[in-house]
Amino acid sequence: MNAPLRKVAISVLVLFTLLIVNVNVIQVLRADDLRADARNTRVLTEEYGRERGAIVVDGNEIASSVETDSTLRYQRTYANGPLYAAATGYYSVLFGNRGIERVENDVLRGTDDRLFGRRLADLFTGRDPSGGNVELTLDPAVQEAAMAGLAGHVGAVVALDPSTGAVLGLASTPTYDPGQLAGSDTTAVRAYAEQLDAMETDPRTNQAISERYPAGSIFKVVVAAAALASGDYTPETVVPAPQDYVLPGTSTDLQNFGNEPCSPSGEQPLIDALTISCNTAFAQLGIDLGEEAVREMAEAFGIDGERFEIPLTVQGSTIGDIESDAALGQTSIGQRDVALTPMQAAMIAAAVANDGDLMNPYLVESIQAPDLSVLDQTEPEQLSEPFSEEVADQLTAMMTNVVDEGTGRRARISGIEVAGKTGTAENAGPDHNWFIGFAPADDPSIAVAVFIRNGGGTGGDISAPIARSVIEAHLQGGG
Amino acid sequence: MAAPVNGPGTDPRAAIAPGTAIPTRRGTELLLLGFAVLITLAAHLIIDITVTGSPGTELVTFGIWFSALWVVAHVVVRRFAPYADPLLLPCVAVLSGLGLSMIHRLDIAGTQLGGSSSASVDAPVQLVWATVGLVLFIAVLVIVRDHRALARFAYTLALIGLVLLALPAVLPNSEINGAKLWIRFGGFSIQPGEFAKICLIVFFAAYLVDKRDVLALASRRVLRLELPRGRDLGPVLLAWVASILVLVFERDLGSSLLLFGIFVVMLYVATERASWLVIGLLLFAGGAFVAYQLFSHVRVRVDTWLDPFAYADTGGYQVVQSLFSLGTGGLFGAGLGGGRPDQVPVAKSDFIAAAIGEELGLFGLVAMIVIYLVLVERGLRTSLVVRDGFGKLLAAGLAFSLAWQVFVVLGGVTGLLPLTGLTTPFLAYGGSSLVANFGLVALLVRISDAARRPAATAATTPPRLTDAPTEVVQP
Repeated sequence: MNAPLRKVAISVLVLFTLLIVNVNVIQVLRADDLRADARNTRVLTEEYGRERGAIVVDGNEIASSVETDSTLRYQRTYANGPLYAAATGYYSVLFGNRGIERVENDVLRGTDDRLFGRRLADLFTGRDPSGGNVELTLDPAVQEAAMAGLAGHVGAVVALDPSTGAVLGLASTPTYDPGQLAGSDTTAVRAYAEQLDAMETDPRTNQAISERYPAGSIFKVVVAAAALASGDYTPETVVPAPQDYVLPGTSTDLQNFGNEPCSPSGEQPLIDALTISCNTAFAQLGIDLGEEAVREMAEAFGIDGERFEIPLTVQGSTIGDIESDAALGQTSIGQRDVALTPMQAAMIAAAVANDGDLMNPYLVESIQAPDLSVLDQTEPEQLSEPFSEEVADQLTAMMTNVVDEGTGRRARISGIEVAGKTGTAENAGPDHNWFIGFAPADDPSIAVAVFIRNGGGTGGDISAPIARSVIEAHLQGGG
Repeated sequence: MAAPVNGPGTDPRAAIAPGTAIPTRRGTELLLLGFAVLITLAAHLIIDITVTGSPGTELVTFGIWFSALWVVAHVVVRRFAPYADPLLLPCVAVLSGLGLSMIHRLDIAGTQLGGSSSASVDAPVQLVWATVGLVLFIAVLVIVRDHRALARFAYTLALIGLVLLALPAVLPNSEINGAKLWIRFGGFSIQPGEFAKICLIVFFAAYLVDKRDVLALASRRVLRLELPRGRDLGPVLLAWVASILVLVFERDLGSSLLLFGIFVVMLYVATERASWLVIGLLLFAGGAFVAYQLFSHVRVRVDTWLDPFAYADTGGYQVVQSLFSLGTGGLFGAGLGGGRPDQVPVAKSDFIAAAIGEELGLFGLVAMIVIYLVLVERGLRTSLVVRDGFGKLLAAGLAFSLAWQVFVVLGGVTGLLPLTGLTTPFLAYGGSSLVANFGLVALLVRISDAARRPAATAATTPPRLTDAPTEVVQP
């Protein structure tokens, strides 16, 4: 019986080898997939079993993890949830992560490479591993003023420090409470999400960076910049400004706002055309400059259709395809296919404010270890230089005039020179209302864009006062 | 069970002739047992410290009790089976120690999370079962002084085995998780199938040794295969029918597969005819096909086996969770107490291998599989060495049953085979399985003692005719 016995012994060896090979396949080859599978609740309980880092604004934690005695050990709470929702996003068991919670997830959960040394130390000292903190560039005063101004509207405010690109304000309305999406009571979280779903505009959509809208007259700043940068124009150059302008090759009659004449003579200096936002003058100016000059200047401002990161993803802004001079005329007054995000609009103001140097916008000031030591600090960097300092000065003078005497009067602040440009964009519904500006005009410390969707009035009426209160909040804060 | 056989040669001391002493290797066994106890206690300590922060109060009690089990086992082996294979007992010790540690670990997880219906403290219960198992182990070694005596009770054991096998199907209230394999009384339940398995293996060994000549020699040659005569197919068909009946009435895919596999392999070993394997395989394939067509529970098992992730929330839930557990463990594992093996359903019993794979990683799991392999191969080695045909076949049957069971269970847990209701021997929570397997190892120890006992003794004390090895000279 020994011969078959030996064969049985070998067969057993083969069977066990099969088992071992199979276990190798599972625990080595397929391990990463199995570990990352969304249905593997270990990932979730592990993530919630670890203290997630905080999101910090001006020294205060606006999002932090609090220990609980439920199955998920840590619960995410938001100190001022609705105020900062556009920046923080949410951290939800049911719906995943959004906003900073998502883009800085590796830092917050402590798996980022910059936290490697810390992790190693945790391993040896037996300390509970915890995530790093993310400090934002936001100015609480700016954020509060922006949210107060937007109350009741669908809209957005973006405020930048023009000299660095730091995002001082990032507001989007309607807003929501991220804390109610982060709870461990799944029934309540689901009910809140359904409530948000039912709203006409989903509050989870970030109006400041994820949506783009027709720009209207704020785009005239880009066209004016192209004109001045060409060297053929100064603010005093007299340009044609008729009451009506028939777009070349069409019978379309382009009119001014309220169908009013821009000047009795039918022509006016460029500075005046911007001050009263003369449509016919800028349509013709754009056509005279040509598509290439307008497009080049737009791209230098970052309007190139490409999305970018701050590190939140900002939807790409565009001026669209321009097939004809008629289209170029409409483009030059910010209509047709011109579509900007409020962030992009703020960048236009910031470039003018910073002597023609457009700084890369950034929302994350620094990455901190759990002991608050700084691991990584964002260094401001230049994105582009759309025009010279001289052109910037000329544009500043023109935009100051807009606020002093023109459509942007309601952004005036006593004792401080504010530069700005209004926009009232036509669309299928009531007009969108824009205002971009910066202050103080001689040494700007804040550039701002205010957008109200379908506000129905003009940019000067609705958006300019919001910009003023945001600027005031910032300047009073000593920033 | 059987009266002690007071035949000559059963007193080991008489066997050792001065100067020609064959090493008993009991010292090696004791050393390895100490090592197994050390591993178990270290695992317990690590689990307590990792999960709760401090050593549990029961650690000392557990340590003393667990150590005492193996000291007693060792002393009994030294006294009653001095030439026994020194590796068998340590393998069992380390496996059951690992199992107890893991059950203890899952106990803590259950109480910590709260709300879980599986939150019960099972490790102490399992330790009591291990003690009962040890009592059976001792009883077998003390009572069965010569394994050949068992052959005389073959038909009685067959009857007991069949009754045990059939009992759950007949009794009411025997269903747990869709399979009827339990007898419940009072507070606890036992799985008689585990004991039936051993009884039937003893019967198979005795029966096949008796009939192997006729099964091996009377054959016709068809297509290069030596096919047995039609009437000799009787026993294999009977075994096949029995396992089908188990499958139908108890919905127990595991026991059915286990018994049939063991029988076919023992038939092959006894007759040295590969044709029996082919016939067995064909019968199995036919039975499997029919079962797949007729029974929805078999269909569900097979479908979820083929693509567990497609049924991740229903039938495939257990396997998918087990795969997550293993995958998360990776190469080195999460460390004892560091993983979440409690996420896998029935982690203490059916899926304890997944828990080990998650916390001890690939290395731990493979080490565990290799320990099983060592245990099985030592059993098969015993079978090779032992001189009588019944002992050979019995040892082969017992060792192969362990191998086959481990393969089917681990194959199920790792998705290699469809899931069955079988438990991992020694490791998994469950009294019947643990106690029965202690009995199984006791038999192996007994046979290995006979196998390694100096041949001189055997020569000086010729066995009685009825016990004579039934070697047949092949033509």
